[in-house]
Order: sequence, then structure tokens, then C-alpha cells
Amino acid sequence: MTLLEDLAPPPEVEVKPRAVSRRERWQLRLPLLPALIYTIVVTQIPFLVTLWYSFQSYFWNTPAPAHFNGLANYKTVFTNPAFRGSLVRSVVMTVTAVIVAMILGVFFAVLLDRKFLGRSVVRTLMITPFLVMPVAAALVWAGPMLDPQFGLVNYLLQPFGVHHVAWLSTHALGSVILVMIWQWTPFMMLIVLAGLQSQPSDTLEAAKVDGAGAFATFRELTFPHLRPYIELGVLLGSIYLVNTFDAVKAMTQGGPGTSTTNLPYYLYQQVNNAFDIGGAAATGVVTVILTIIVATFALRMFARVFQFEEA
Amino acid sequence: MRYPPVRLRALGAVGCVAALAALAACSSGGSNGSSSSNSNSGTVTVAVVSNPLITGQMIPLTTSNFEKQYPGIKVKFATYTEGDLRAAIEKNVSTHSNAFNVVMIGPYETPLFAKNGWLTNLSKQYIASDPGYDAADLLPPIGKALSYKGDLYAVPFYGESSMMFYNKTLFQQAGLTMPHNPTWAQVESFAAKLNQPGKVSGICLRGLAGWGDNMAALDTVVNTFGGQWFDMNWKPQLTSPPFVEATNFYVNLVRKYGEPGAANDSFNQLLTLYGQGKCAMWYDATVAATSIATTYPDVYKQTGYALAPVNKTKSSGWLWTWALGIPQGASDSGAAWKFVSWATSKQYDSLVAQKYGWSAVPPGTRTSLYSNPDYKKAAAPFADITLESINSTDPEHPTLNPVPYTGIQYVVIPQFESLGLTVGQQVAGAIAGTESVSQALQAGQSAASQYTPAQLSGSG
Repeated sequence: MTLLEDLAPPPEVEVKPRAVSRRERWQLRLPLLPALIYTIVVTQIPFLVTLWYSFQSYFWNTPAPAHFNGLANYKTVFTNPAFRGSLVRSVVMTVTAVIVAMILGVFFAVLLDRKFLGRSVVRTLMITPFLVMPVAAALVWAGPMLDPQFGLVNYLLQPFGVHHVAWLSTHALGSVILVMIWQWTPFMMLIVLAGLQSQPSDTLEAAKVDGAGAFATFRELTFPHLRPYIELGVLLGSIYLVNTFDAVKAMTQGGPGTSTTNLPYYLYQQVNNAFDIGGAAATGVVTVILTIIVATFALRMFARVFQFEEA
Repeated sequence: MRYPPVRLRALGAVGCVAALAALAACSSGGSNGSSSSNSNSGTVTVAVVSNPLITGQMIPLTTSNFEKQYPGIKVKFATYTEGDLRAAIEKNVSTHSNAFNVVMIGPYETPLFAKNGWLTNLSKQYIASDPGYDAADLLPPIGKALSYKGDLYAVPFYGESSMMFYNKTLFQQAGLTMPHNPTWAQVESFAAKLNQPGKVSGICLRGLAGWGDNMAALDTVVNTFGGQWFDMNWKPQLTSPPFVEATNFYVNLVRKYGEPGAANDSFNQLLTLYGQGKCAMWYDATVAATSIATTYPDVYKQTGYALAPVNKTKSSGWLWTWALGIPQGASDSGAAWKFVSWATSKQYDSLVAQKYGWSAVPPGTRTSLYSNPDYKKAAAPFADITLESINSTDPEHPTLNPVPYTGIQYVVIPQFESLGLTVGQQVAGAIAGTESVSQALQAGQSAASQYTPAQLSGSG
């Protein structure tokens, strides 16, 4: 909503707006106020509390009350290899999943953009993974699909000489990313499909008349047209996938070792297994700062995407 | 030129989103104080572990019997997996949020919580004035493990040691005999002979990271190989030769002859595997016998039992019990005790027997159960060895050499919760093959070294 608001008044207009009285301004603001207050209560106040805890030594498993310990928690965050490891893993998981899901999404969208018998059925089927609850999807993959003894994947791969691969032990990170891709490909596909269907058919016809082949048409016309849609898909996908927790918790519990412990799961473990409230709060604060930095760049891109749209 | 406002406002928006995300990740960090206590008198909220004896028996029997018997008391259950249960309870008792008025804990938590003043002294408060409860009947090692300064702070729902389950048919076919008191070397040679990759694993062992999961089994191996977590000066011993030898042995055994994907397996997964005939041997909790008997009758007929394998010590079984305690200051504590005493009583055992048969009765808590002729008959194959296993444990002297701590498959210090998980993760990594045993133990040693001896020894 910020964006639309920003894009609305063209700056060149020199006409001085009619003076808006104080009362009118409040009348305009009032309907937004409940939402604003709610947002502040559920995000900013807890964030301040988290900030407060991040300067405390506070453990749930000892009777000692919380006490101020300065920057010690932050020092631990930055010196702890476990934090760095989980940060790197978060990035690897998100980037791989988003890129692969997007490539597959474009591929399927192009296929689905054609007219064929039963297209709507196929489209519904293709969207299904995105509609499954993440934790249910993770459980289905962890059990019936990837189980080394009873799993469907091993059963199907048996004719190809694959025997009893313990996917969640030997390829844990890959398995988790696989499930993320499986869930998010339909989302990417939907967004790209919307882009494809908004492409004017006359340009395509013109290209055909000019003698462009299918691939050249895609490269020169379709892809540039899709670019903002792809950027939007990448951005939204990254925002959601960087928070992946369900798949990690339900499939590998961060293991084996720490090979699938991403940032959200690391935070969860700090609270739920180490009961280190101060340390977890400090990790959370550092994560927020990093997220803001990344998101600022992403949002600039977001703004550009919409400008592109308008032009 | 329209950028600056965009960026500023956008930043604010992102800040909100980011804060929200971080809060979602650590919501349990900030919002603990707001949990309400039960105002509705006569409501008992019980936090329990999702093991078969609880989900399959305790919960349905509570609805069908306890609540009929006491119409004024409403019992609500919160079931968790082992790891989540600990977190939920720890949060609850340490912040006095009193979301639960009955908690299921074990011999690790009970003395620590009692020392911190987080649990009701059951001996003084209730058992002394409730002669029907017969606390003297509790098995001595179990009763002792749940006591602090001589008083009970939790009472056992079921108790267990560890032992070896094996498939008698497979042993016979291979011409092997399992001794009553096997050594780990013998077990390894059996596993080598019985292992048929893709069909039957030589031995099924826990690999899932967690101090109550893979570390429970590994710790018993470490103890009998002469290893220990700390020496008398609280110096971590994870890289000492016996600890390394034991870990190498365990990891190699499970990697060579164990079930595929062991790094994700713990009790419940292994029970399924064993129940489907995928394991020639299975080293786990004695209570598994009860589950095998009730859930997998065909495999039950072929199952033989042996004591926990040893190396340098005479016995090596662990000791655990899932017990019920009442947090200090919990509401409706009278009703809570009614429930606790009902679920851990002899009458409860007869109730289970009526409904599910004697072999399904929660084992390992009361001496009287093991002299009950009905139980002895129904649970004949495993009753005596369970009792023998539990009675041969000594959590106060768990290792070959003296140690400053108590606990067989855990160390009764608050730091162990986190330390045990860290080492468990490393060992799981070694089992999965993502790192070597020496790397894993090196990492464990440095995790243990971050605590000073003074911190570890605490005030006690």
C-alpha cells in the first residue's frame, strides 16, 4: 500500500493542493488507525521486549533471575560458528530453492499457456503442492516418500540401481530443499502464467510474421515481458522461504549434525533446547538487522518492478 | 527523485515485517508471562510425552474412567514429543506460568527442579496422608531417582532400563545363541553375521540427535567402555580414549550393520522397524517389550531378550522413568494429586489389565506388579528381565571410574540439556557420515569446555 500511495501523485503537477484541515486529515487517518495500533502492538512492542532480553543473561533452566550482561550475548552471536553456519545454510537453502523453483515455474507456465484438452484439470493438479500445508507436505516427504525402507522414491528408483538410500541422512540438505522446491514451483508457475496470459497476442503475431522462431520469440519478447513477474516471484518466494521451519523440523530436526539447521531452526533450538533466552533474543535482533539490510535492497527492486509495470 | 520517501517508508514497513518474522521465530521468548492459569476449579492440565502407553492407554482411560469417577475434575492433555515436552515444561515451571498443573518428567529433571523449588514435595504434601498410595512399593532405583533429599517430587508412571531384543528365529537359522548377559564384542559379531542389507539389519540402534535419543544408548556404551563425561575435577572427557573408543564402536556398528537412515531414528521409529521384522537385534528401552507384545504379536512370539551388553562393567543398562509431578504453586493441586495418584496406582494397573490385558500394563514402577501371578503369566517372557535390568542400575555410580555427577545416560546438571543435544547432533552427523567421530567428539569437547568447573558443579 505504501507503494501505490507513492506512485499516485505525479511530481510534475504544480497545482498546490487544497489546504486540508487538521480535522479532515484525522478523518482520513482514522480508518487506518486500528490496523496501525494493532501492528505496533503485535510487532514493535514484542520487538522492544526482545531487544531488552538480548542484553540479559536469562536461562529458563536455572532459578537465577535475569540480569544485565551488556553485550555478552552479541559477542557470542558473532563468535559462535553455529550462528554463522545456520546463516550460510539459510542463504543456500533459500537461493537454491527460489532459483530452481523459478526455472521450473517458467517451464511449466510456458507449457500450461498452450491450449490442450484437460488443461484446467492439469493446472489444478500442478497447483496442488502449494495448497498442501507445509508441515503436512514435510511429513509426507519424510515418511512415505523418502523413508529408506518403505519409501516410494527408493521403490521407484530401484529399477535404476538405487538401493535403500537414506535420503534424510546422506542427502539431508538436498531433501529439504527438494521439498521447498516442490511446494514453491506452483507459486512461481502461477505468477509467470499470469504474466504470460497478459502478453498481448498481436506482438506475438507480429513476431511470427517477421519470421521469428519460437525460441527467438521467447528470448526477445516473452522473457522481457515476464521479467517483472519473475522478479516479483523471486522476491515473494525469498521472503517466505527464508523463514522455512516446518520442513526442517518435521524432516530432519536440523540434522544430521547441524547440516540442515537454518536460522529459524537455530533460533528455535536456542530457546527450546538451550533455554538461552538472552542468546536467542540477541540472535533474533541480529537477524532482524540483517533482514532489514537485505530487504531494503529487495524493496528497491520491488519499486522498480512496479515502475516497469507502469511504463 | 521520488526515491527517498519510498525508501524511508519502505524501511519502516520492512522493519515491521522483519520484527514480525523474528518474533515468530522466538515467540516463546517474549510471551511467556501471559499464559493464564486455570481459573476453573477442578481442571487438571497434564503435559505428557507422546509414547504409546500414554496416548494409547492413559488418555482414553482418563476419559472413560477417571473423569467418571470424579465428575468434578476435568482433565486436559497436552501431548508432546520428548524434546518439545522438555521445552514446554521447563518454560512452564521456571517462569511459574502454571499452564500445567501436572507435568511428566524424568529422573533428570526431578532433582534439578526440586532443588530449584519448582516442584511440590509429594511425600510431605500428599503421600504421608494417603496411606492407600503405598509409596514403599515403588522399585527402589526408581523411587530413589525421583527423590530429592529423601522425598519424592514425582511418582513414576512407567519405568525402564535398557536391554537387547533379538529375533530368535533368525538367530536359530544362523546357528547363533544370544547369552543372557552378552558383551558388545559378541553383539558385534552377531550383527555381522545377521546383517542382510536391504532385508534385515544386523542391529537397530538410535541415531537421532538428542540426549534422550541417540545419547541415551551411546552413554551406556561409553560407561561400560570405561568412559565418562567429566572427571572428578569437572574436566570434560569427551576426547579421552575410552569415550572415543566407545563412540567409534557405536558409530561403526550402526554404520556397518545398522538400519539405513539411522541418524533420524529413535525409539518410535525403531519400534516400527523391529515390529516389521527389519531388525535382527534391537538395543533399546525395556518398555519396548510391552509395546511389541501389544502391537506386534507375530514378532513378539519370535522375540528373545538379553541384558544390556557390557564391556568393562558388570551391567550397563540405563535407568529412566516417565513420572508425574506437580509444579509448585499450581492451581487445583488437590485435583492434580487425585489424577497423579490415580495414574500411578496399583488400581490403574488393574484397569489397564481389564481393558488391554495384563501384558499391556505400564511396567517397571511397582514391586507388587512383579509378584502378581496374572502379570507374571501374561508378561512371562520379559517381566523378570525387566525387573533384573532396572534393579541392577545405579545412577549414583554410573561409570567404571568415579565421577562427580549422577545419572547413567545423562548428567544431572542444568547445562546437560544443551550440551547433550550438541554432542548428540555431532554424533548423529558422524552416524550419517557427514563428519568423522573424532571431529564430532572434538566439537563436543569444546562445547563442554565452554563451562567452567565451578559452573558445572553449581552449588551442589
